[in-house]
Amino acid sequence: MMGVYLKELLDNFRDRRVILNTLILGPLMGPVIFAVMISFMTRQATERMEAPLELPVIGAEHAPSLVGFLERQGVIITAPPEDPEAAVRQEIEEVILRLGPEFAEAWESGHPAPVELIADLSLRYSGTTISRVRGYLNAWSGQVSQLRLQLRGVHPDLTRPINVQVTDLSTPESRGGMVLAFLPYFILITVFMGSMHMAIDTTAGERERKSLEPLLINPLPRWQIMAGKLAATTSFALMTLALGLVAFVVAMGFLPVADMDIALNLDLRVAAWAFILCAPAALLAAALLTILAAFAKSFREAQSYMGLVILVPMIPSFWILIDPTRTETWMTMVPLLSQNVLILDLVRGEAVNLAWFGLSILTTGLAALVLATIAGTLYNRPNLIFTSG
Amino acid sequence: MIEARNLRKTFNKGKVVAVDEVSFSARDGQITGLLGPNGAGKTTTLRMLYTLLKPDSGSMRVDGIDPSDEPLKIKRTLGVVPDSRGLYDRLSARENIRYYGRLHGLASTAIERRIDEFVQVLDMGEFIDRKTDGFSQGQRVKVAIARALIHEPRTVLLDEPSNGLDVMTTRALREFLRQLKAQGRCVVLSTHIMQEVAALCDHIVIIARGRVAAEGTAQELLARSGKDSLEDAFVKLIGSDEGLLA
Repeated sequence: MMGVYLKELLDNFRDRRVILNTLILGPLMGPVIFAVMISFMTRQATERMEAPLELPVIGAEHAPSLVGFLERQGVIITAPPEDPEAAVRQEIEEVILRLGPEFAEAWESGHPAPVELIADLSLRYSGTTISRVRGYLNAWSGQVSQLRLQLRGVHPDLTRPINVQVTDLSTPESRGGMVLAFLPYFILITVFMGSMHMAIDTTAGERERKSLEPLLINPLPRWQIMAGKLAATTSFALMTLALGLVAFVVAMGFLPVADMDIALNLDLRVAAWAFILCAPAALLAAALLTILAAFAKSFREAQSYMGLVILVPMIPSFWILIDPTRTETWMTMVPLLSQNVLILDLVRGEAVNLAWFGLSILTTGLAALVLATIAGTLYNRPNLIFTSG
Repeated sequence: MIEARNLRKTFNKGKVVAVDEVSFSARDGQITGLLGPNGAGKTTTLRMLYTLLKPDSGSMRVDGIDPSDEPLKIKRTLGVVPDSRGLYDRLSARENIRYYGRLHGLASTAIERRIDEFVQVLDMGEFIDRKTDGFSQGQRVKVAIARALIHEPRTVLLDEPSNGLDVMTTRALREFLRQLKAQGRCVVLSTHIMQEVAALCDHIVIIARGRVAAEGTAQELLARSGKDSLEDAFVKLIGSDEGLLA
C-alpha cells in the first residue's frame, strides 16, 4: 500500500502541468480573485458615495427653492436629455428628476407637490445614486415641513412620536465575517479541485494507459491498491488545502480593511483551525471523485463527470449565502454544510465550539470512510478492470 | 505446472460464451503455446489463470493450488505479461520495474540486483533510466517482461508477447523464453501466429471457439491432421480458416 502511495505521488509530481495547476494555480486562484474582487467592490462603493452627484432635472424652473437646496448640498444640476425615459433605459443616465408644471400649483396650495424620479430599479449599480437623491429630497422635505409647522406655532417634535436608535453590537471582526462569507466556498472548492486530477489519473488514467490490468496482477489485495491511491489523492487535496489557506491569509493582508471599517479575522491560527475542520472533507472529496473516475474509461470521460461533481460543495455554500441563519447543532452534522457554517463562525471571531468541531469532523470523517470503503471494493468488478473485452 | 480442466466462462449473463470448455496442462521446463484465431478465448483463459476472472465452472491448478481459492498466493508464483502492457510514462523504465518489485514486497537490494540482470539479459542498458514516454513497442515489451518477472516466478504467462514487435526483437524475445525454459520454468504463451509456436513451443494447444481443438507437439499435430505444414494442419484442426488472416 505504501508502495502504491509513494509511486502515485512520484508519478504525479513528475508532471509539471499537474503541479502548476493543482498546487500553484488552484490554491492561488481563490484568494487572488477574492482579494481583487473585494478591493474593487470597496473602492467602487466609496467612489459612488463620495463622488459629486450629477443630477439632470426636468422643469427646474418650477421649483427654484428645491433646486437651490440641492445645489447647496453639492449636487451638480445638469440639463435634462431630450427623451428622459430613453436615456435611463439606454443607461446614459442613472436617475433623472422631473418636476412638472403642477408642482408650483400644488406647492402654492399646500398640497403634496409631485416629484418624479425616473430610474431603472433593476440596475443594481444605480442603487447608491438613487438613495443619495432620495436622501436629499427627504432632508429638504423634512426642513420644509418643520418650517411650516413652526410658522403655525406647532412644535415639530409632535410629528415624531418615536425616536428609533439602533445600537450596533457588531464588531469589526464580525463585519469582516460578512465580507468573508465567500471563504468556505473557496476553501471547499480548493479541496475538490486539489483531489480532482489525482483521482482521475490514478483510476481512469490507469485504465486509459492500460496499466490497470498488469497492476492488479500483483500479489496485493485490491482494496490495498485502492487505499494507496486514495491516500495519495487525499495527500494532494490536503496540500492544496494548506496552500490555499496560507494564500488566503496572505491575500487578505492586502485588503484595505481600514477603509472598510472592518477587521478580517483570518490569521494563521484561524487557518489552522479551518485546516483541521476541512481535513476530513479532503478524504471525502478524494473518495467521491475516485469512485466516479473509476467508472470512466478515459481521462476525458472522467473530466466530464467532474464538472458536475464540483457543484456539490457549492450547494451548502450558496444556501448559506442566500439564507444566512444561526449555526445550529444539526448543521454541524451535515458534511460540507458543517464546514461552511463553522468556518463562518471562525472568521466572525467567535470562540471555537469544540463539541461542534468534533461533530463536524466525526460525521464528515464517517461519510468519507463509507465512500472510501465503497471505493475499495470497486476493483472487484471485472468490468472496471478491462479496457476491452 | 498448470492443469486446467473444463474451464468455462461466459459474459453478459451467459449470452456470450468466451470459453466453452478448455482443458490442457503445461509442464515445467516446457514452453506451451495456446494457438488460436482472434476471439477464440485465449486471453480469457489466461485471465482466469491469473485470477482476474473467475471461471463459471471447471477447475484449475497452478503448482497444485487453485487460483480462485488463494489468489494472492498464486499471484506470487506467477509472472504475467498481459495483453495490455501499459507503462507509466512519467517514470523511467527502472522506476516502472522497481514499483512492481515493491508491490511484490521485495527488498530494494534484491530489486536492484534483478534489474541489473534484466538489463543484461534483455539488453536494456540504453534506455533503462529514460522515461518510458516515447518508447518503441520492443522497449515497452522488454520493460513489461522485466517488471512481470521481477520476483523470479516459477510459472510465466504471456499474452501475445510478440504483438507489434519487429523481427530482431522477436528473435531476442524467443531466445529469452528459451532461457526461462532452460531454467526449468513453466512458460505459457498465447498467440495467433503459427511460426511462433512452430519455432518455440514444445507443446501446442489449439483453441477455437472456446474449445480445445487439438493438443500435442508440432509433429503430433501434423500426423493427426495428415498435412505437411502446420498452417494446413491448423486450418484442418479448427475446421475453418476464420481469423487466420487477421
